[in-house]
Amino acid sequence: MNLLLASILIPVLAAILVIAGFNARRTAIFAAVLNFLLTLVIVSQFKLDGGYQFLLSVPAVPALGIKFSLGVDGLGVAMLFLSTAVTLAAIAIARPPKANVSWFYASLLFISAGAVGAFVSVDAFFYYMFHELALVPTFLLIGIWGSGDRQTAAWKITVYLAFGSFVLLVGLIGLYLSLPVGSRTWDFRELAQAARIGTLAPAPWVYITLFLGFGILVSLFPFHTWAPQAYASAPAPAAMLHAGVLKKFGLYGLLRLVTPIFPPAITEPFNNLLLVLLLGNILYVGLVTISQRKLDLMLGYSSVMHMGYIFLGILSWTTIGLAGAALMLVAHGLSIAALFALSGELRERTGTLKFSELGGLARTMPKFGLLFGFAAMASVGLPGFANFAGELMVFFGGFSAGKPVVGLNNFQIATAIAVWGVVISAVYMLRAYRRVFFGPPLERWKDLPEISTHAKVCVVGLLILLLIFGFAPQLLVKFVLPAIVQP
Amino acid sequence: MIVPYALEISVVCVGIFLLMVDAFLKTDKTTIAWTGVVVLLAIFGLTFALGPMPKGVIPEAFYVLDPTALFFKRFLLLATVLTLILSIDYSPVYQKFVPAAVPQAGLGEFFTLPVFACAGMMFMVSANDFIMIFVALELVTITFYVLVASMRKNQGSLEAGVKYLILGALSTGFLVYGITWLYGITGYTSLDGIQSVLPRVPEQYQPSVLFGLGLVLVALGFKVAAVPFQFWVPDVYQGAPTPVTAYLSVASKAAGFVVLLRVLEPFVTTPTFQVKVFGILTILAAVTLILGNLAAMSQQNLKRLLAYSSIAHAGYLLVAVASLSAPGAKVAIGFYLGGYLLMTFLAFLVLLNVAKVSGGDDIRDFNGLGKRSPVLALALLISMLSLAGLPFTIGFLGKFFIFEAALASGQYVLVVLGAITVACGFYYYLKVVMAMYWQPPAPSATNIQVSPFGQFLIALLVLAIIIFGIFPQPILGALTHL
Repeated sequence: MNLLLASILIPVLAAILVIAGFNARRTAIFAAVLNFLLTLVIVSQFKLDGGYQFLLSVPAVPALGIKFSLGVDGLGVAMLFLSTAVTLAAIAIARPPKANVSWFYASLLFISAGAVGAFVSVDAFFYYMFHELALVPTFLLIGIWGSGDRQTAAWKITVYLAFGSFVLLVGLIGLYLSLPVGSRTWDFRELAQAARIGTLAPAPWVYITLFLGFGILVSLFPFHTWAPQAYASAPAPAAMLHAGVLKKFGLYGLLRLVTPIFPPAITEPFNNLLLVLLLGNILYVGLVTISQRKLDLMLGYSSVMHMGYIFLGILSWTTIGLAGAALMLVAHGLSIAALFALSGELRERTGTLKFSELGGLARTMPKFGLLFGFAAMASVGLPGFANFAGELMVFFGGFSAGKPVVGLNNFQIATAIAVWGVVISAVYMLRAYRRVFFGPPLERWKDLPEISTHAKVCVVGLLILLLIFGFAPQLLVKFVLPAIVQP
Repeated sequence: MIVPYALEISVVCVGIFLLMVDAFLKTDKTTIAWTGVVVLLAIFGLTFALGPMPKGVIPEAFYVLDPTALFFKRFLLLATVLTLILSIDYSPVYQKFVPAAVPQAGLGEFFTLPVFACAGMMFMVSANDFIMIFVALELVTITFYVLVASMRKNQGSLEAGVKYLILGALSTGFLVYGITWLYGITGYTSLDGIQSVLPRVPEQYQPSVLFGLGLVLVALGFKVAAVPFQFWVPDVYQGAPTPVTAYLSVASKAAGFVVLLRVLEPFVTTPTFQVKVFGILTILAAVTLILGNLAAMSQQNLKRLLAYSSIAHAGYLLVAVASLSAPGAKVAIGFYLGGYLLMTFLAFLVLLNVAKVSGGDDIRDFNGLGKRSPVLALALLISMLSLAGLPFTIGFLGKFFIFEAALASGQYVLVVLGAITVACGFYYYLKVVMAMYWQPPAPSATNIQVSPFGQFLIALLVLAIIIFGIFPQPILGALTHL
């Protein structure tokens, strides 16, 4: 059996078994472990110079050239690794809710299946379909098991993303219709090939529709408002999966369907607009993040803010920028998952995440504080963590992009401004850390239990991956580079 | 050689036979319905022995049997079978509202009339002449007047019947008046004849042709529940017996769309009329999309919500009609209606079972359904997701084909509107999901048991929605007839 198909089917089957009445937690963890091991097998068998591998193709709608095609290249493998690793951490750390346990785990498994399916699809149509599969489980997870104003948050994310998805679908159809009749296809490889030989000549509106569609799904400023509230309200494993994995769908799509296909003649007129928007992500949302008074909302905003860097890397259209963006996809996914896992654990203990009610927790829970510090530093982009390598490559890419003109060009100006984002994120992360973990210990938090072993294992696992990719980014870059640099 | 309309004749014969059984044999009335189900399924099987016939083969010019017609005959037979099965489920409720002179009074007609409506609609999808269209349409509409109002002790049903009768009669008037205008100018009632004359209509008569077509469109807009001819829909859907509502919203709409396609064919292929007709259709589609979706958002009753959703789906279908210049539009309409049949009947099947126990069909009657009956909740979940257009369901592919056609024919305004209305759709369909899974059940609510046959039917519909949502080729193949 095709390994990629198996990695989609395992969570789906596990979800069905869970609904049918199997022990929810054990089945889910078993499926997540199995899928992670399967990913390791795929990684070990993957040939670095082999293009798309583990291929499988079944025609679905021949009249429209739609095939159910699976396959991964280096970028796909990296995303698959991220998906299954975060899924394992999320499911292992999840606390079974009091009611509807089976639906809770089934929803998590469906999100995971949707993410894996999207990243291993070679056909743009099924890539899109798999992403949408995760929409309703997210709605249920936030709406039923969320905290705070969960219903508003659930509606907002669902309707917003449904809208964004439709915009994206229109863009994809536009791309499809740009091909001459007879050679129309949804296959990533054939689309890129057609763009290379010049038969695919999409109109500018297709570009901007795709960018906006993906942008809404990735919370590009000013379409970001669905994200922070949803992540703040979502139960920790749902936030980990959505912010860590699923949101990367849009960026991955940009790397797959936009950068290899659209020539500079089409993209350049929009560059200034998009640069302003991504600076909105970095500066505006960054400042908004500083002003947050609750840890979960702050993390939600910080995850929106970091998308700006990745957009900058993609928009730079340079090899180093794109590779940095790909590296950041993985790094940000791992670090935000660790942060949401810890903040979820904290909420379980204290029942509140307001800075004004917390303080001095490092004394009662030193190990918890230490791990949170690591995760926060990773997210800020401290050297040694993968985020640093990614950000650095993005900045190099951004600065070397654009047309050489007298003085600084638009990309260089944008990059120079974007670098300040690093300072902003250091400010909010350190402030939050000080408010929550330092200061005088409060009486009411004296008896908080220390981090549990299984949570510790999950978070440490994620942090170790971040450190490995931080000290040896080449491990990842050598996978994604052949996928990004087209022959 | 068998006559081409043998299918319709046999359906009419089945209807008459069932009426006779009802009148002269003192059997249990549900046997009538089951007999109808079995025989109609047999006829459904027979349709596969019958291939589509090219135009010249059939001597009668008023009757066509192209792939579209054949597909929709199967569609209508299936819809009727499902309606009969729903009616059997519904009969205890039905009997509460019928004066009981004898046991099971009125049930015989309730089970037989859908068969006649089916015959009428099967004629409709093959009709190629305005006279034929008119006669078939009347057979259908009159049957529906009776069916809608048949719960004689239920005020809602009577009110719905009167509304449907008055507005239906009005729309019939529009249809006849429109036909006379078209006949007066072209000299033909047959669509082929009109097609041959249209390019040669002198310029001073062109507004009159459009006027006649406009009147016909009013009548057909009434049939398919297009805005601004939709006022009857919510009340009639809510008041009518639930199986009739399902039948009305699926079969009658589908037949209406096939007639619409046939009537429009000569006009959209004639260059002099093309632009104006597409303009009218675009406006019709836009307002139907907007109103259907926006009005659905505030509904608190599931039957009314499904009524507005039926208007919204008419809007999506009209988007495809307005995109007829794209090659895939006709297939998209057929596919969309096929999906609509599956998901709508699934929704009404659940609605009927829940309402039988809860005694109401407000959305709050579905509170906690996830706990009270996981099977029904899952079925309604799939149905709602498919209606909203979530991938891996047939509803998504339907929307996808329609918007592909719309983009291919350059209907950008409708596509932009579609982006907004699809998001609205997620809101009101998920409202039902929210009630089922987020809200606790009412204290008095009991668990709901579903019969094994009901479970089988639900499983069948759910599987069809998902499988055709991934591999739609069987339906697409039947529509294009390879």
